[in-house]
Amino acid sequence: MSFSRLGSIAVVAVAASIILSSCASNEAPAKVDSSSKPTVTYSGTLNGIGSSAQGAAETAWAAGFQSANSGATINYNPAGSGAGRTAFIAGSADFAGSDAALNPTELAAKSPKCAATSSQLDLPVYISPIAIAFNLPGVKTLKLDAPTIAGIFKGSITKWDDAAIKSQNSGVTLPSTAIAVVHRADDSGTTQNFTDYLSQNAPTVWTAPAAQTFPYKIGDAATGTPGVAAAVKAATGTIAYIDDSGATGMTVAQLKVGDAYSTISAAGAADVVAKSPLAANRAANDLAIAIDRKNTDAKAWPLVLVSYMIVCQQYSDAATGKLVTGYATYAASSDGQAAASKQAGSAPLASDLAAKVAKVIATIK
Amino acid sequence: MTTGTAGRITAKMRLGDRVFSTSTIVAGSIILAVLAAVAIFLIAKSIPAITAKPGTLPNAAPNFWVYVGPLVFGTVWAAAIAMIFAVPISIGVALFISHYAPRRIAQVLGYVVDLLAAVPSVVFGLWGVLVLAPALTPFYYWLNANVQWIPLFGGVVDAQGKTVLTVAIVLAVMVLPIMTAICREIFLQAPRLHEEAALALGATRWEMIKMAVLPFARPGIVSAAMLGLGRALGETMAVAIILSPAIVISFMVVTSQNPNTIAGNIALQFAEASGVGLSSLVASGLILFVITFVVNAIARYVVGRRKAFSGAN
Repeated sequence: MSFSRLGSIAVVAVAASIILSSCASNEAPAKVDSSSKPTVTYSGTLNGIGSSAQGAAETAWAAGFQSANSGATINYNPAGSGAGRTAFIAGSADFAGSDAALNPTELAAKSPKCAATSSQLDLPVYISPIAIAFNLPGVKTLKLDAPTIAGIFKGSITKWDDAAIKSQNSGVTLPSTAIAVVHRADDSGTTQNFTDYLSQNAPTVWTAPAAQTFPYKIGDAATGTPGVAAAVKAATGTIAYIDDSGATGMTVAQLKVGDAYSTISAAGAADVVAKSPLAANRAANDLAIAIDRKNTDAKAWPLVLVSYMIVCQQYSDAATGKLVTGYATYAASSDGQAAASKQAGSAPLASDLAAKVAKVIATIK
Repeated sequence: MTTGTAGRITAKMRLGDRVFSTSTIVAGSIILAVLAAVAIFLIAKSIPAITAKPGTLPNAAPNFWVYVGPLVFGTVWAAAIAMIFAVPISIGVALFISHYAPRRIAQVLGYVVDLLAAVPSVVFGLWGVLVLAPALTPFYYWLNANVQWIPLFGGVVDAQGKTVLTVAIVLAVMVLPIMTAICREIFLQAPRLHEEAALALGATRWEMIKMAVLPFARPGIVSAAMLGLGRALGETMAVAIILSPAIVISFMVVTSQNPNTIAGNIALQFAEASGVGLSSLVASGLILFVITFVVNAIARYVVGRRKAFSGAN
């Protein structure tokens, strides 16, 4: 054999050995103190698809669950709530994350992952307050009630020193600049919850029904939460509704709840969700919530988004069911909710709602 | 001359010939099969949207054609403005490279223009929204204040410059390399005898180009323009990142209420879409497929009329 022939074979061999050696399995995770952990450890792989709002929380839950159970792998693809529900019903995902509970058409379509007589359940696992962020140099606090917010985002209130805004903010000097509204260009659960809040609390002003698409032709349309944040920071006189996790470093307004103005808070948001009734006409263990936007408790924050984990009541594969139960238990536990709150800025589930969710998760097979 | 029996005379086929001819037939059929599969998928998934009852479609549209109308307008409008910018500039650059520049500069310029084609469209989108839009905003304010009698520049200017005009400029930059490369090749193929004859008869450089090069290159320029138009019609990420969209048919190019393009709309809405909403996105994709198909058919017809002179051969 000639040298060049030998050489090319040698190159292929070296390249192959380098490539194949990089396919080694991951290092074993750090030793976990087994004395304080529960005796059940889970193993297997779970695939979830869904809401990008939950994305950061799912990363925190996957990390926490995988470090406690070294044989488990949780994959979550934040492709969007619609894509998540479609994938779950088609059977390509073990669970879905969604900002909206399954609608009647989707409930009727059975996922192949569920056993024949099983129902599909929505478990609330992620609560996020929605902030009204604004950029007005020199103004640090702003008090707004629902009809004023509706007027601003509809376009009937066009200047910052409008009488409706001035009457609620007596100590603040408001400039006479035009209000630049920023809303979401893409369909989103944040828009759905924001429009739902306005259509329930200011029905005479906000006449459009609640929808994922912002209904009025006004202002700038930005893509995604980071796009809205960038748009608000880039110009003065802007106002937008944005998920609280994306509103870091921005001035946010206070909301009129009942007779007093309350500041945005995780506890307030969790309180509203905990006091809301469950949606009607659902299966026995389905915890879809009909958020009560008219909650007038002190310090409540009714401008809130609830995101669900969609699972089967009974899985056709018992091992998947066991793993889903373990993962969902962790996600809804106080440890999991604290981890998600730290990573994603969400509001931890209130204790009685968490207990309800834990009770339903225990029935998943 | 000998002729054999009444059968055709075929060449001797060895195993290599048979393998090669079969693999080329398979490759050609795979392309046709993929195209047919895409068309079937689009049509099958669009039917729920085209036959949807009023109230089920997104944007509260009473029927599918009302839903897709503003999107088709936005697609064609943004692409048309982009072509108005791109065609003269690309012809100019190609002429400069082929007829005016010294050899060295021509080579470097050609290389740089081809490099522009390698930039991903997402990068163009980010550049457009972070750099170009803020830089153009003062210009838009100026247009709005001084040239408002042209209806294109009326309305309330978008404070961040995320308008159809910005998108059209970015689209023009994106289609420039393709068109310049094709035009450059066409101009280089202009018959030298004609050029030299024109120069010998006393024509200036520009007159020579006007007489000998451009008439020869016309079908090639049209086919290059159609190729660029095809890319501009289908551009997704740059539009989705830059544009501030609304559901409106509007000719004003500096406001924040801009008609979205079909591809940009799909990119924005796909994640949260389900049911009839998803079908309507696929159906709008089918309309885009038809539009691009028509554009390409026109291009092939124009090119085919003067087949001998087009760069396609």
